[in-house]
Parts: sequence; C-alpha cells; structure tokens
Amino acid sequence: MIHKYKLGGYNICLDVHSGAVHLLDDCAYDILGIIEETEKMEELPDEKVYAVLGEKYDREEIADTYQALYEIYKDGLLFAPDDYEQFAGMMTKAPIKSMCINISHDCNLRCEYCFAAKGDFGQGRCLMPLETAKKAIDFIIANSGTRRNLEVDFFGGEPLMNFDVVKQTVEYARSIEKKYNKNFRFTITTNGLLLDDEKTEYINREMNNAVLSLDGRKEVNDRMRVTPNGKGCYDIIVPKYQKLVAGRGDKDYYIRGTFTKYNLDFTNDVLHFKELGFDQLSIEPVVSDPKLDYSIKYEDLPRVFEEYERLADTIINSRRKGEYFNFFHFMIDLDQGPCAIKRLRGCGCGNEYVAVTPQGDIYPCHQFVGMEQFRMGNLHDGTFNTAMKEDFARANVYSKENCKDCWAKFYCSGGCNANNFQYEGDIRKSHKTSCELEKKRLECAIMIKAALAEDSDEVPCDGEDCFAQCH
Amino acid sequence: IKTLNKANLKESK
Repeated sequence: MIHKYKLGGYNICLDVHSGAVHLLDDCAYDILGIIEETEKMEELPDEKVYAVLGEKYDREEIADTYQALYEIYKDGLLFAPDDYEQFAGMMTKAPIKSMCINISHDCNLRCEYCFAAKGDFGQGRCLMPLETAKKAIDFIIANSGTRRNLEVDFFGGEPLMNFDVVKQTVEYARSIEKKYNKNFRFTITTNGLLLDDEKTEYINREMNNAVLSLDGRKEVNDRMRVTPNGKGCYDIIVPKYQKLVAGRGDKDYYIRGTFTKYNLDFTNDVLHFKELGFDQLSIEPVVSDPKLDYSIKYEDLPRVFEEYERLADTIINSRRKGEYFNFFHFMIDLDQGPCAIKRLRGCGCGNEYVAVTPQGDIYPCHQFVGMEQFRMGNLHDGTFNTAMKEDFARANVYSKENCKDCWAKFYCSGGCNANNFQYEGDIRKSHKTSCELEKKRLECAIMIKAALAEDSDEVPCDGEDCFAQCH
Repeated sequence: IKTLNKANLKESK
C-alpha cells in the first residue's frame, strides 16, 4: 500500500509497510497513479502506461522513470507487503508501565471545553489522599513486570491544589524504586494559577516533563479558560510560565493549548507562544459534543486543513531563517521512530496505561474517568478487571475495521479509544473527524521533512543527530 | 526519485 499526495510543491509517496518516504518528479508521480491499484510491478511497463502518459512525456522518459521505480520496488521500498498482522495477534496483556494519577478532582478554573466536567469528572470535588497515591505507586510497581521505566503523570483537575501530596508521592516512589529496580519519570500538567517560586523550583527539579496549559493569544485563552467568577487567566499565568521555562534547563516542557471553532486561525496562537519565548509547543483540536458552538465538526475540516498547511509553511520559513520552535503534532522521525510493535499497540490505554481517581478507582485512561462501564477496579478493594485489560490489549490497528487498510495506521496506531467511544460508541470504531485531522497532520509533518531535506541536501539524514536538527 | 529515509519498519527486533 502506498499513499501519494502533493503538498507544498512536493510530490510525496509513503510506502506504508516499509515506512519508506519518497520524493517523486511529476513523471514518477503520474506513473504511480496508474499502477498503484495493482500494488505490484513487472520489469517493464504495461503499454497502458505509455498510452495514458504518452501526450505528457516522451516514451524514453516514461521507460527511464519506470525503471527507477522498479528498482526501489525490488529493494522492498515500494508496495512492500503487509507482514504485520501476525504481530497484532500477539498483542495480549502487557505490563502496566504508565499511570495518570488524578491527584485532584477539583480545579480553580472553569474552562468551557473541559473534558473533566470542569475539574471533578462529574464525581464531586475532592483531593486524593496520600494513602491512595501511595497505593497507586504500589500498584504500578506490582503490575509492571520486568519493565524498568515507569511513568506517572500528575493530572486532574488541577494538581497544584494538592501539591503536598504530589511531593510526598514523588518522595515515596523515589524511596522504593531502587529496591524494585524501577526508574520513575514524572510529569505534571498544570493550569499555572497556583505556581509560585517554591512550586516552580520543585517542578524544575523533580518533574521530567511539565505540561503548561495555555490556549494562545490573550483573547483566545481568556474566552475559554476562566476562573469561577468568569475572569480570564492569561495575565496571571504567562509570567509564571516564562519564569518556569527559564529555569527548566534541558528538561522537557510543553506549552499545551486547545483550539476550537473560535480560533481556527490557530497558527497565530502558535506564533504567539513563540513570541512569548516558548519553543516546545502543542495545540490540539477540542474534543466536545458536536452540538456545542465551539466544537470542530466534519464540515470545518477544510478550514482546519488550510490552517495546518499554513502552520507547516510557517515552520519551514522559520527554520530557513534559523529560528527554532518545535510543534509537537508535526514531530515525526522517519528513520528511528517507535518500533512496529509500539505502533501496533498505540498509546497503551487500558493495557499498559491506566488512570487512577482520588477514590482509588482505576480507568483505562484519563479520558475514560467517570464512565462507570469502564471502571476497571479499585486500589482499596484490590479489584482489577483483567478481561477489560485484555479487550483493550486487542484493540489495535488490525482489529479496527477502518484502520486495517488505512495508510496512516503505523503513525496514528488506531487513534484514540476514548474519542472513538465518545463519538462512535465503540472503542474499535474510528472517529472520522479525528482520523482526517491526524492524516492531515502527518501529511504536513512529512512535507516539512521533505522541504528541510531539500534545503540541507543531506539525504538521507542520520539518526539521532538528524532528529535533533529537525526537531 | 529521492528517498528521504532509511526505513526499518519491518526489522523493528
């Protein structure tokens, strides 16, 4: 299977099952258009190729171009067969190695689009007791098998509203990790309101990653991200984020926003992040009831696609001027990305990854919290639904009808189970709007790679060093 | 044709 498309002045072809990405001239692109349905090549072109393209190219050029395509076909880099379903069948239970700890089901903001029902996931406002947080750490250690790297994300609600328990949980995990030969990596996701010097210093010392919520320009952010009395938070949080990032050193952070129908010109928000001095940026489409005014609907896609292309062009132009910022959703490593097994597994929701509530309830991920039919168990009574875990383990690109024959399957890994359930009522039914958005982001990400490769004339790039330069 | 990467999906041990 191949996916070929034109973008940014480039003719691009992704060979799905080898992972190879080719830039083509017009003749090669047109030949592929004729032969792509057969998914195989003979040594010499069929007369049909000459007949269809004879008016556009001379016979010698067609023959020469066909031979070039045939060579990469022989090398296994074009129309490579799909050998992966056998591995999908091996996707059974895996150790749990990452966890979202909802340390707070309370929040000091009332963001309009919050999937956590403005902080409490519809379960009443409360904070996680230390005893529950310790049990969460014990649970992930006990269920992580031989996995050494364990990840914990402090989430909510607003984690800074329960910061003492965050600190004590980290201290507890650090006190026992060596005994069990584990390495904890912590992330915190915050709205920034309660950041002060002490919390900032702690986060920069102890958190491997900090995700800082901000939607973009002041008027965009303050329209959706408001305090209980309806005031925007931009003026309070931006200086705090700037201070935190200035002290971040080489540790990861992301400024992470949500775009809605109200700011489909979100490139301007990404550029605003950059103007504020941030260079690790993420902005995602809102997930919401399609009936709401700010939701992004299928009919909005052409406008969103146009904006993603504008953002891609902006990134290319910035790099050409020697300016650097990283847009998370255009990050792609064409040489050394995740292995095929990881691509089949996806995010690991419900299998390798779970979320825990202040009451100790266990859910497949942070977006399933509060959906009673997806409650997997509880830390306090020791219950855990292994059948549900196995069901999530089997939800991979080969068990999702719309994914199996999709060109993007090894990049999106079957999409988000929670989005699928929210919109389609089934974790195995892909949500069409989310799919189209992901495919567009991938096309843009590959096009950026093509443009930068053309600029540097360093094809192919070289592993780690290449990744650092391009991202 | 210019191939942009050294794809190793099948190998990806």
